[in-house]
This record gives sequence, structure tokens and C-alpha cells, in this order.
Amino acid sequence: MTMANEFTFPDAAAKAATVPKEFEPERMSLSMGPSHPSTHGVLRIQFELEGEMVTKADPVVGYLHRGDEKIAENMTYNQFVPYTDRLDYLAPLANNMAYAIAVERLAKLELPPRGQAIRVLTAEMARLSSHLMGLGAYGIDVGAWTVFMYCFEEREKLYTLFEKLTGARFTTSYTRIGGVARDVPPGWLKEVGAFCDQFLPILDEIFSLLTRNKIFLDRTVGVGVISRADAIAYGLTGPNLRGSGVPLDLRKDRPYSGYEQYEFDVPVGATGDCYDRYLVRGEEMKQSVRIIRQVLAKFPEGDWFTRDARRIFAPPKDKILTSMEELINNFMLVTEGPQMPAGEVYFEAENPKGALGFYVVSTGGGVPWRLKIRSPSFCNLSILPKLCVGHLVSDVVSILGSLDFVMGECDR
Amino acid sequence: MTDVTAAVPLEFPQATPRASLDCPAFNLPAATAPALLRHLRDQHAFDFLMDITAIDWTAAKSPRFTVVWHLYSSTAHGYVRVAADCPDDAAPAVPSVCSLWPGANWHERETWDMFGIRFTGHPDLRRILMWEGYPYHPLRKEFPLAGIETELPDADIAAETGAKVKPAPMAGGPFAATPGEPMSEAEPRARDESWDEQREKPE
Repeated sequence: MTMANEFTFPDAAAKAATVPKEFEPERMSLSMGPSHPSTHGVLRIQFELEGEMVTKADPVVGYLHRGDEKIAENMTYNQFVPYTDRLDYLAPLANNMAYAIAVERLAKLELPPRGQAIRVLTAEMARLSSHLMGLGAYGIDVGAWTVFMYCFEEREKLYTLFEKLTGARFTTSYTRIGGVARDVPPGWLKEVGAFCDQFLPILDEIFSLLTRNKIFLDRTVGVGVISRADAIAYGLTGPNLRGSGVPLDLRKDRPYSGYEQYEFDVPVGATGDCYDRYLVRGEEMKQSVRIIRQVLAKFPEGDWFTRDARRIFAPPKDKILTSMEELINNFMLVTEGPQMPAGEVYFEAENPKGALGFYVVSTGGGVPWRLKIRSPSFCNLSILPKLCVGHLVSDVVSILGSLDFVMGECDR
Repeated sequence: MTDVTAAVPLEFPQATPRASLDCPAFNLPAATAPALLRHLRDQHAFDFLMDITAIDWTAAKSPRFTVVWHLYSSTAHGYVRVAADCPDDAAPAVPSVCSLWPGANWHERETWDMFGIRFTGHPDLRRILMWEGYPYHPLRKEFPLAGIETELPDADIAAETGAKVKPAPMAGGPFAATPGEPMSEAEPRARDESWDEQREKPE
């Protein structure tokens, strides 16, 4: 038996020249999704390929369209709160808050400090859980399973805290128009503080798995570069915009719910590639922890709902059952809805995925005439036809993961 | 930041102030909207097109449709709202601003899909949330909340199975009040018990 110990490789260019016509990279079309692990839900992209190279990408959205805006026109303001959970279902607490503030602006309500602090606290915790999910899923997309496990363990701890606060883990519906559903339970703030203390070292451990990982760098650095001008022209917001170097953060620029009291930095990227977007999200988590610690340090006493909101906010349950006036109030609230003045308001909050906007048009009464949801995922995905062209199909997986979108919010 | 509320009516006589509870807002004729939006972008640093949407004031009103643009300035940290009534109620149309912001593409497709408002000059005005060939515009006020029975988007599956897109069950809710009328006249819908998962819906 003889063993081959020498191999000869023909010159690649010379070999390519001998390839018959029928083996040249051919044009083909490929439909990716709506059920594909890297499309994070039900995004479908129709590609035109030349070999492995994308020459045209046409995203097809709408598979999760439930008509939330139509539904909103058919129910009272309070009834719509649970539907906002299902927009960006990875950060329902932040969605609740954005919707509630939009309606409060319409009703000219201002929350007392404690109510605002609870909202900021829950919104930042929602940001942590959303970014952890985004990071973990991104790890899987580019082939790093371990990251996912670490992220989900931390996310699980956050969800346990959400459960203690709101009674629900996933779709929390915690915010009410004019306040939050209930005060924080005793001892809960300490648990949040303890979570932060143990979270930061683990976060560093998670980053150490990716930030200098050769495979991760190869798949993300220089891939999916969004220029500053493009990011603005396509209306990108959130970490995707900041990854391209635009320091737009509505918490900083147009502070709401008392964000002006807290000190935090707005991380921005330099080149706008997938790696920068990853770094921005990572740093944002650290800043969120910083905000949470400041909220905990000076947690105000007082009401968690505004007393002016008597025609909007349901009275306490024991009062409804024992006092005539509260009973009537609750009855009117349920049957006719909170009475809102006529007018229109547009409010955007800095959500984990970007600027979530609510445009409320009221003609008075308990039901919005029109409620438009400006969803950051929808806008962030609209750049895909431009972004994917010239990349390999495997790079598209990396790009999609770095954009961190949620189809529930995109399709509404 | 220049004071938009004062400056714009001087620079654009067609633009009139619009009642607003928050940011500066203007009404103007639909045909001049792109010119004002370009002016706001280039002269007043409103560099972000945040949103395009429309309002349907019902078929009883004329003009029926209002298209609304929201711009944001990343330097002055402020919003501005521009609204234009569509001149034709039967075939509403406004000029597209895709050439100013490529991000307008999807917003305009959505507005076309949901309201049936055409954006003249749009490079690729297709439906986006509903499927191509869907016969209705769901956010128009006359479209019922439950939906309307329609053909399936896949003709071959429909031919094979005879299946159709059916209105959603309204079992138990939600409230379906006509806005503007008292809610007491629109009781929550009673649960329709004539059909469920096991029993076919009566035709």
C-alpha cells in the first residue's frame, strides 16, 4: 500500500480560466425567510444573487401585521396599553412608558417624581434585557453559542425581577396612563441593586467572549458599513444610528420622565459597521446600569401616579368596592374611556431598538381618532436594500443580527 | 435654532400655522409640501424624516385625507409637523419625498397600503404590510375592525383548498364604538357562540 505524501494544487486563476461557461457564477434568486433562524422572527428577504454575492435585496415585511393602529381606533386609551407590550416584545416596559407619556402629553399630565423614577428604572431594565437578547442572538448568528447562554441567564434574572414587580414576565402591561399600576414591592429595589452588582462582572465576561474573538471580528469588522449620511437619510435611530457616529439619544436631547437628572454617556461608533453596533450596544448596557444605580440611590418618596389623572387612572380597588364616587368614576372609565381633550401629539421615546414614536390624534372622548406607531425596527430595516448589496449571503446573517430588529414592532 | 414658527410663514406664504399641543406645526397645500420639507431640511436643519402618516376624516368630510410628516432636528433637538390635505377625495395623491430622504420610501408605501393615498413620483409604490393584490385599504374608517372576507394571496392554494381569508372572530371584544358617538351606544360585543374552533362559522 502506498501513501500519497505530496499534493499539487493548480494555480487558482489558471484553473478559473478553464471553467466551462455553465459553471460561471450564475444569477439566481433566493428567498430567505419568513421562517429562517437568522431573520429573528418573520422577516423575508428576496435576494438576487450572482454566485454568493447579493446584487439585489428586497425585504418583504408584514407577516406579523395585526393591525394595531386599527385596533387602537376601536378601544379606549387604557385598553390599548397591553397591545403596546406586543410591539417590541423584548422591552414591553419601555413601550408602555412611551405610549403612556404620549397620551399624558395630550392630557397635560405630569407624573410625580416617584412615578417617573419607577418608569426610568423599568425602562432601563427593559433596555438591559432587550440588549442581552440582541447580543445573545447575535452570538448565535455568527457562531458563538456560549454568549447566548450567558446572556439568557442574566435575562432570566431580570425577568424574575419583572415578575416580582408586575406579576408578568414577558408582556408586563405595567404602565398606566397617568402612572404605573402599583408601587414597587418592599425589598425589590435592593434586589435590583444586587442584580446590578453581580451583573457588571458577568457582562465583562460576556464581552471577553466576543470583543477580541478572531472569528467574531472576521465576521463583523468592515461588514455592513452604514455611513453617517445614510443613517440619517434612512431615519435610523437607536444603537444603529449611534453606531454610525451620530450622537442622537432622545434621553439626552429631549429628556422625558426625569432623565435629565441622571448622568450617563452616549456611546457612538466610528465606522458604522456591524462590530461598532455591537460595541455601542455593549457600552449602552453599562450606561443603563449606571442610570439604574443613580435611580436607586435617590429613589423619591411619594405617589406613583398623578392625582390630576382622576378621570383617567382607575381608583384603588378597595375604594371602588366601598365608595360611591370611586365606583361611578370606575364605571365611566370602563364604559366611556378616559375623556381626553381634542388635539394632536407626537412623542418619541428612546427605546432599546431606537426612537419609538406615537402620534395621537384626538377629537375628544375616550377613543383616539388615529394612533400612528412610528416603529424603529421598520425604519431600521428600510436600509436593507442598500446595505445588503455587494455582501455575501453569510454576511447578510451578520448584518441582520447587528441591526437587532423585532418584527412585532416592524409589522405592528 | 431659528424660530420656525415665526420664520416659516414669512418664507413660505402658503404655509399656515396648525393647531398643535407640542411642536411647531404647519398646514399647506399638498403640491408645495416637498418644497417646504426641503426648505426645513436645508435651511432649518431638520435632518431626520421621522415619520409619514395620514389621517382619514371619514367619507363624510372633505377634504377627507390629511398626510402628516414629522421632522426632527438632531442639532436643535426639536420636531416640526407638516400637514397637507389631499385635494381629491376619490383618488387622493400627494407628491413623494423619496428624493429628499430615501427613508421615506417605506413610510409612503405603508401610507399607500393602509389609506390608498398615492405618492406621485415614488419609485416603487407597492403594498408593504398587506400582500400585493389585497383589495382594501384597512386603515380607512369604513373598513371594519374584524376585516372583510378576501381571496388568499396564493392563487394555487386557494384553487386547491377553496380557502379564504375570513374576518377575525370578535369573541367578547374589544369595544367597537364609533368615535364621536357616546360609547354607551356601543356596548361591548356579545360573544358570538354560533361558531368556535370545532364548529364551522355559519355562512
